[in-house]
Amino acid sequence: MADRHLEPDTPELRARWGNWTWNEVNAKKVPDIIARYPEGRQRSAVMPLLDLAQRQIGAETQTQGWLPIPVMEYIAKELDMPVIRVVEVASFYTMYNLVPVGRFHVQVCGTTPCMLRGSDDLLTACKARGMSKGHNSADGLWTLTEVECMGNCASAPMVQINDDNYEDLTAERLNFVLDELAAGREPKAGTQEPGRHTVEPVGALSTLKQMVSENHDYRGEW
Amino acid sequence: MPKVTVDGVELEVPAGATVLQACELAGKEIPRFCYHERLSIAGNCRMCLVEVAPGPPKPQASCALPAAEGQTIRTDSEMVKKAREGVMEFLLINHPLDCPICDQGGECDLQDQSVAYGRGASRYDEHKRAVTEKYMGPLIKTTMTRCIHCTRCVRFSEEVAGVDEIGALYRGENMQITTYLEKAAHHEMSANVIDLCPVGALTSKPYAFEARPWELKKTLGIDVSDATGANIRIDSRGREVLRVLPRINDDVNEEWISDKARYQVDGLTKRRLDRPWIRRDGKLQAATWDEAFAAIAKVKPGASVAAVAGDLLDCETQFAAKKLVGALGSSLLEGRQTGMDYDVSSLAAVNFNSTFAGIETADAILIVGSNVRWEAPLVNVRLRKAVKKGAKVFLVGQQWDTTFGGEFLSEDLSVLGNLPAHVSDALSKAERPAVILGGAALAKGALGAGLGLVGQFNLVRDGWNGFNVLHLAAARMGGLMLGFAQKGGIADLVAAKPKLVFSLGADEMDFAKFSDSIVVYIGHHGDKGAHAADIVLPAAAYTEKAGTYVNTEGRVQFAEKAVFAPGDAREDWTILRALADALGVSVGFDSFDELRAAMVAEVPALGEEGLAAYGSLPAGGGSADGVFGYPIKDFYLTNPIARASEVMQRCSAELLHGEDFAEAAE
Repeated sequence: MADRHLEPDTPELRARWGNWTWNEVNAKKVPDIIARYPEGRQRSAVMPLLDLAQRQIGAETQTQGWLPIPVMEYIAKELDMPVIRVVEVASFYTMYNLVPVGRFHVQVCGTTPCMLRGSDDLLTACKARGMSKGHNSADGLWTLTEVECMGNCASAPMVQINDDNYEDLTAERLNFVLDELAAGREPKAGTQEPGRHTVEPVGALSTLKQMVSENHDYRGEW
Repeated sequence: MPKVTVDGVELEVPAGATVLQACELAGKEIPRFCYHERLSIAGNCRMCLVEVAPGPPKPQASCALPAAEGQTIRTDSEMVKKAREGVMEFLLINHPLDCPICDQGGECDLQDQSVAYGRGASRYDEHKRAVTEKYMGPLIKTTMTRCIHCTRCVRFSEEVAGVDEIGALYRGENMQITTYLEKAAHHEMSANVIDLCPVGALTSKPYAFEARPWELKKTLGIDVSDATGANIRIDSRGREVLRVLPRINDDVNEEWISDKARYQVDGLTKRRLDRPWIRRDGKLQAATWDEAFAAIAKVKPGASVAAVAGDLLDCETQFAAKKLVGALGSSLLEGRQTGMDYDVSSLAAVNFNSTFAGIETADAILIVGSNVRWEAPLVNVRLRKAVKKGAKVFLVGQQWDTTFGGEFLSEDLSVLGNLPAHVSDALSKAERPAVILGGAALAKGALGAGLGLVGQFNLVRDGWNGFNVLHLAAARMGGLMLGFAQKGGIADLVAAKPKLVFSLGADEMDFAKFSDSIVVYIGHHGDKGAHAADIVLPAAAYTEKAGTYVNTEGRVQFAEKAVFAPGDAREDWTILRALADALGVSVGFDSFDELRAAMVAEVPALGEEGLAAYGSLPAGGGSADGVFGYPIKDFYLTNPIARASEVMQRCSAELLHGEDFAEAAE
């Protein structure tokens, strides 16, 4: 995150993105999104619109998508708000990409639970495939980012790739997922542990055993 | 009116006050960085922590906490002391502590408060954050590593200036304050963020590394760059004015001044007239005072003499000129250089009657022929406040980029006689309707038509006078009070074909019309006026003489002398007094005090600080039509001082004409 920056505003960038507009499908969604917010509060739509723009650009460029300056200006104009306020929002939230990314944005969690469960191996596996932190791989397929806790500590270690989480990873399992993605298939999202469905205890129950047969909660039911 | 107890003292505070304000009312100093009286509350610096009971057992940010009945507030407890030390330590973690090379040193909130409330030593020995410089234009120098993220600058440009261009990008430790794409800040009040910045992140670029605050002599002055009469503090060292800062005056400039008022002062040392000049064989040649006076005496004008007052003059100079011209037997005095000839039989009709503080409370405003943003940036700030409170603003004239919205009705003045239904509806239903006539409207003869609106919309009512004229020249109201106006304007002077014309710093007039007269220019800059003159007498600029100024509201204000005029230049009144001897007449004063006493005897209002009373408004009438342009073509170059200023020249080139001065990365 520390190296987040805006893509420089160059004539080439303006030439490439200056005429960007919503595609036909999204153009129909925009008024609906804006209408979700109360009259006079249309600026609130900036976040969904930035997301929509990023996704559209992702579809157009076969990547996860990103937000060039002219696109942010386009959205600012659409919502009648100062551009700097749009850029503030886009630069604050890390899920908005400010620079071009690869087709798959591999976000490896490196916070304590994941690290204890082997996230270092995952990073090594990623690097072995030619990825490096904060950069796009040469084939344009991957962008690697190390991120802080994504809230999947019960199935650590995890990575987030575009819209899906892959959990209970080992280097081999991650390699399998990446291979599948590279081949254009859709590997199962969520936990990669055979036999595990979500984040239920692995093997037998280890805590709250008494609750199986009888309710001990202070609430009537749970 | 909640009752609270601050450090054991019980007091009543106004409803809606915050805990911080309550503490201030109790006489307690609360350290703060992000809180500012004139900006919205952000609550992000945490320096104002106090202990409040009832409430959670932890320090609370007093700036964002409403004072409530029965609160017990402690500002002197051990918890508060430790909290302040902690916040201070965190703030200093990423602050470079480069005070010895920082221009804010000596007037830095962070420096002062770390002395008063800090721990005195740091426990931090990791790497400090560093932030790249941001370009913010020719006036604001940035050292963003010093920034403590108080966001005062962001709030100022959004709320007060009304030009959203500064923002905080990224987040957490990586948060950076910047203008959009590091473009120059594009508004007339931009440099006020320098005063607001509590640290040395935003400092003054033209003043960079010039002086330390404790070396400077501070003089109270009045700004002459426009007719608002902003209260300024002139900081000088030796004979040079180094900078100008705003003084707080809620009735006039609150605590802002325009960039022109602040940065034209480098023009005070350039292109100065520092000795008399006499035109010989078509060329101006240096001369002595004696030669110059002899040359003027040789004209033997008799009563065929006239005086034109410039835009930057104080009342004393104008009065001295009036006495001199009067002693010679003439009454040809005029200050409206550009040929305006509006009726001045009632000064109430050419005054900003609502006052600046009052216009904030107006709820429907019609602006006729004034680009307020350029003609009076400080009034523009007030208009924006009025609009934020719900006022409707309509404008007549060419479109300009308002910071408050507003509806442009027409470019043609004839719309005044035939206002659209929704406009007249808004004005007649308003509780405090106001009309503002600008210089462009006056020049087109719209004063009568404007006064006609007074009756139509009942602009004058109990405790409210909504008829306003916004002048452009600092000298205008003072000049009108002293009679610097002819019925036909400057055309009357031309028609009289005077032998001798005194041009008192008048640079905007058309000298070709006086080609048969001997023109004596008494002023401080080698500008248009001096070029056209036959004899040039070097005088003092506004920082070099004490004087009385009357702003466009009719507010009489006194300024003091900060520095001496350069070279052989003298204060204007002494020149005029000496001219009286040279021409063999008596003007009746020998000292500045006598001059002022004589002036006050003639116009008593000039002796008293505050709003002058001009009586009631005359009846209006007449109509106006025609399309017009605004008198100011370039905000940064409206007077001879600004035109001589390199800073103003650069602002004009970069901000108005789009020339690229962006600096290479260091």
